[in-house]
Amino acid sequence: MTTQTTAPDNTGAPAADDTSGLIGIPPRVGRALATGGGVLTVVSTFLAWTWTAEFPGDLTVYGYPGGLQVLVLVAGALTALFGLASYDVKGLRWLVPAGADAALRVAALAAFATAWYTVVAISAQLGGVVNLEPGGYVAAAATLIALLGSLALPVQRPEPDPFDPDDTGWEQFKHTSSHNWQVVKAAFASGTPRPLRALPSYAEILVIVAVLAVGLFVFTYGIGTEYDELFVGFLITAGLGFAALNKSGLIAQVSEITARHQNITVCGAFVAAACFPFTQSDDQYATIGVYILIFATVALGLNIVVGLAGLLDLGYVAFLGVGAYAASMVSGSPSSPFDLHLPFWGAVLVGAAASLIFGVLIGAPTLRLRGDYLAIVTLGFGEIFRITANNLDGTSGPDVTNGSNGISSIPDLSILGFDMGLPHDIGGFTIGRFANYFFLMLVITAVVVLVFRRSGDSRIGRAWVAIREDETAALAMGINGFRVKLIAFAVGASLAGLAGTVQAHVTYTVTPEQYLFAGTTPPNSAFLLAAVVLGGMGTIAGPLIGASLLFLIPNKLQFLDDYQLFAFGLALVLLMRFRPEGLIANRRRKLEFHEEAEAPTTLSKTGA
Amino acid sequence: MMTTDTTTTGGAPGATGTTILDARGVTMRFGGLTAVDSVDLTVSSGEIVGLIGPNGAGKTTFFNCLTGLYVPTEGEVRYRDRVLPAKSFKVTAAGIARTFQNIRLFSNMTVLENVLVGRHTRTKEGFWSAVLRGPGFHKAEKASRERALELLEFVGLAAKADHLARNLPYGEQRKLEIARALASEPGLLLLDEPTAGMNPQETRATEELVFAIRDQGIAVLVIEHDMRFIFNLCDRVAVLVQGQKLVEGDSATVQGDERVVAAYLGEPLENDPGAAEAAEVEAAEAAQADTTTDTAAGKENDR
Repeated sequence: MTTQTTAPDNTGAPAADDTSGLIGIPPRVGRALATGGGVLTVVSTFLAWTWTAEFPGDLTVYGYPGGLQVLVLVAGALTALFGLASYDVKGLRWLVPAGADAALRVAALAAFATAWYTVVAISAQLGGVVNLEPGGYVAAAATLIALLGSLALPVQRPEPDPFDPDDTGWEQFKHTSSHNWQVVKAAFASGTPRPLRALPSYAEILVIVAVLAVGLFVFTYGIGTEYDELFVGFLITAGLGFAALNKSGLIAQVSEITARHQNITVCGAFVAAACFPFTQSDDQYATIGVYILIFATVALGLNIVVGLAGLLDLGYVAFLGVGAYAASMVSGSPSSPFDLHLPFWGAVLVGAAASLIFGVLIGAPTLRLRGDYLAIVTLGFGEIFRITANNLDGTSGPDVTNGSNGISSIPDLSILGFDMGLPHDIGGFTIGRFANYFFLMLVITAVVVLVFRRSGDSRIGRAWVAIREDETAALAMGINGFRVKLIAFAVGASLAGLAGTVQAHVTYTVTPEQYLFAGTTPPNSAFLLAAVVLGGMGTIAGPLIGASLLFLIPNKLQFLDDYQLFAFGLALVLLMRFRPEGLIANRRRKLEFHEEAEAPTTLSKTGA
Repeated sequence: MMTTDTTTTGGAPGATGTTILDARGVTMRFGGLTAVDSVDLTVSSGEIVGLIGPNGAGKTTFFNCLTGLYVPTEGEVRYRDRVLPAKSFKVTAAGIARTFQNIRLFSNMTVLENVLVGRHTRTKEGFWSAVLRGPGFHKAEKASRERALELLEFVGLAAKADHLARNLPYGEQRKLEIARALASEPGLLLLDEPTAGMNPQETRATEELVFAIRDQGIAVLVIEHDMRFIFNLCDRVAVLVQGQKLVEGDSATVQGDERVVAAYLGEPLENDPGAAEAAEVEAAEAAQADTTTDTAAGKENDR
C-alpha cells in the first residue's frame, strides 16, 4: 500500500547542503578541541595513571609511559597529527591525501577507546576509581574532549528520502533511524585519495621498507604482549589506528606503491618475516611465530582451492594430517611401523606425495559435485581420515598410525649437518629450536606463495577462476572442468602436505586429534576456512593476516576460555555483515570499487 | 586432443559449399516430452544460417545438442565429417564456439581475462609450466594476450580491456561474449539471441559484426526473434515449431510461407469457429507445456 513515494512537499528536513556536525559545537571550536585533546592525550601518557604497580605494565611512573600508556600515546599522537593536518599545516598535508576529518574522527575514537578501556580496566581490577591518579583522569578527559570535538566537525549530510504520508509511526521511526545511520556513515566515510605524486623509484622502495618495518614492529609487539589487558589494548589501537590511516587515504597510496613494485614487496615481506626471530630474546614467542606460519601456509594452500577455484573444502586439514603422518613415519620415530629414517628432503617428498595421492583419491569421485554437496562430502572425508587414523592401532585395524597415541618422539631435523633441535648463535643472536623451524617454515611459505602467485596468473589460474565464476560457460569455452578442478585440489593438497611434514617435526608428535574439523586450537578445517574468508579470498596477504589474527587472538586471550568459539563466531558474523570481501580485498574487488560510479557497489558473495 | 588444426580461418569468404556442420535426425526427449524432433540441419562454410521459431520451439535445446551440453536422444551431429564428442569442452576444442541466451560472462574477471579464458583450448601451458615460467610460457602468454587484444579491437572493446566484465553495459557484454567465443578460433559460431534487449542501433552494429565474422571465414548459426535482423543477415533460415523443422530456405521463401505466419500469429478464422477455438486452446496448452519444460531445460547450470 505504501507506494506513494512522490510526496516531497512534507519533508521538513534540512536542505541538501547541510554540513553541520554530529553534535552541536561550532566546527571551529570542535577542530581546536580535537587537536588540543590529541596533544593533551599525548601529555597525559607521561603522567602516572594509578598509584600501585599491581595493575600490569606499571603505570605509576611520571615522565615515562609504560604498557597501555604507550598505546594511548600512539593513538593520541595520531589524533594530534591528523588534527594539525586538518588545519592545512604545511608539511603535514601528505598525511591526509583523502581529507583529514574522517581520519581525525577514527583516530580520536582510537585514543578514546584505548584510554577509557585502560581507565575502566584499572578501576575494575583494583576495585574503584579511587585507584586512579590525576593522570588517568586527564587522559580520560582529554580523549573524550578530542572525540567530542572531532564529532563536531562538519559532515556532508546525505539528503533524506522523502516521507510517505501514509506511514505508520513505526515506519517513520525506521525511516528516521535509517537516515541517521546514513549520516553517521557519511561522517566516517572518506573521500577518494588524491593521486600520488610521482616519486623516484628509490623513494618508493624506501616507503615500502618503512612500511614493512612498521608492520614487523606492530606484529612483533602484538606477539610479545605479556598480559591480556595489553593485548586487548593493542587490538583496539591497532585496529582503529589502521582504520584511521585507511580513512586518511595513506593505505590506498601505499598499496598503490606496493602494487608498482610487487616483487620487491614480496621479497621485502619475507626479509621482514625472517628478521622476526632476531627481535626475540628467547624462544617463547618464536613458538607462536612458527605455529602461525604453519597455519598461514596451510590457509594459503586452501586459498587456491577455495579462493581461486571456488571449491568449498571443509576437510582440508586432513591433507595436513596425511603429510604429517607420512613424513613422521619415514623420519625414524620409534613408534612408526616402518624402520626408516629418510633425510629431510626425502620426508618432504614422501609427505607431499602422500597428500597428493590422497587429494586425487578424494577429489576424483567428489569433484563431480558442485557447491554445498562438495562441502559436505569433503567434510565427511576429513572426518573419515581422522577416525581412520584413530582406528589403525592394531586392535580395530592394522597397526599403522598407533591409534590415538599417534606417532611420537619424532626426531629433530638435521639439514646438512645443521641440527634444528639445538640453539645456534648467529651474529650474536641466539637462534633457538623454534626459530630454526621458523626459518624452515618460512622457506615452505615462500614456496607456497610462489606457487599461488604464478599459477594464479596463468592459463590454469584463469581456468580456475572461470570455473568458479560460471562452470557451464567455462565448459563451453573449452575448459575441461573436472581436470582443472582436480589439479586445484591436488595442488592444494600437496601444499598442505608440505606444511604437514614440518609440523610433524615441530610438534614431535602426530595424533589424530590435531586434525579436527572444528576445535579451539588452529589449525583445523573450520579455522582454516575462516582465515581465508576473514583475510580475503583469492589474495596472498589475506590468509596470512587472517591466520595470524585467528591464531594470536585465542592464544593471547586465555581469559575468554569457554567463550572463545562464541566470540569467534560473533566476530565472523560481524565481519561478513560489514566487510564481506574480507580484510584484504583482492584486485578484482578493488576494480569493483573503482568503478562504483557505473556499477552497483553491493558485493555479491563469491566462491562457495 | 583432437582436430586443433582444422580450425584455422581457412574457408575464404564466399567459398560456400563444403558442409561443416551436419545434424541428422537430432531428437531430444526429456521424459515423455520431445523438445526437438528429428531435425536435420546443415551449415556450410562461410554461411550465415538463421534459426527462428516461436518461444518454446526447441531452438536453445537444439543448440545445446549441437554444443555437447545435451547428448541427443537420437541422431548425430557431425562437424567436418566427424561425429561430435558428447562433452561441451571437447566440442569447443573441435571448433564450435557459442554464446548464451542469458549472458554468461565470467563477471568478476576483467574483459581481457574473459577473452584469455576463451584461448584455453588453443594453448596448452599446464600447471608446471605456470610455476616454473620457462621461456615457452612467456611466449605463449604473450601470444595469447596479443590475440585477445586483437579480438577486443575487432569487437570494439579494446579500450575497456581492464574493466570488470560485470561493469560493462549490456550491449558490450554481448560483444564480449562474442569475442570470448571467437578466441577459441572456431570454424562455426553459434549465437543464441545476440540482439536480445538491444536498441536498433546496437542491433545494426551487431549485424555488421556478424558479417565481419563471416568474412573471416567463420560460419555462423544464429537464433533470433528479431525478424528484420534475421532476414537481413542470413543466407538461409530454418523455422523450428514445436520441436520440428517446418521450413528451410532463403528469406523470401520463409517470409512467404503461410505455415510460418500461422505458427507465429495463429490460423486465420475459417468457417468453423468452434473447432478453431478448440484447436487453439489445445495448441495453447501444448505451447504452455512446451514453454515450461523448455525454460527448465534452458537452465544449463542445473545439469
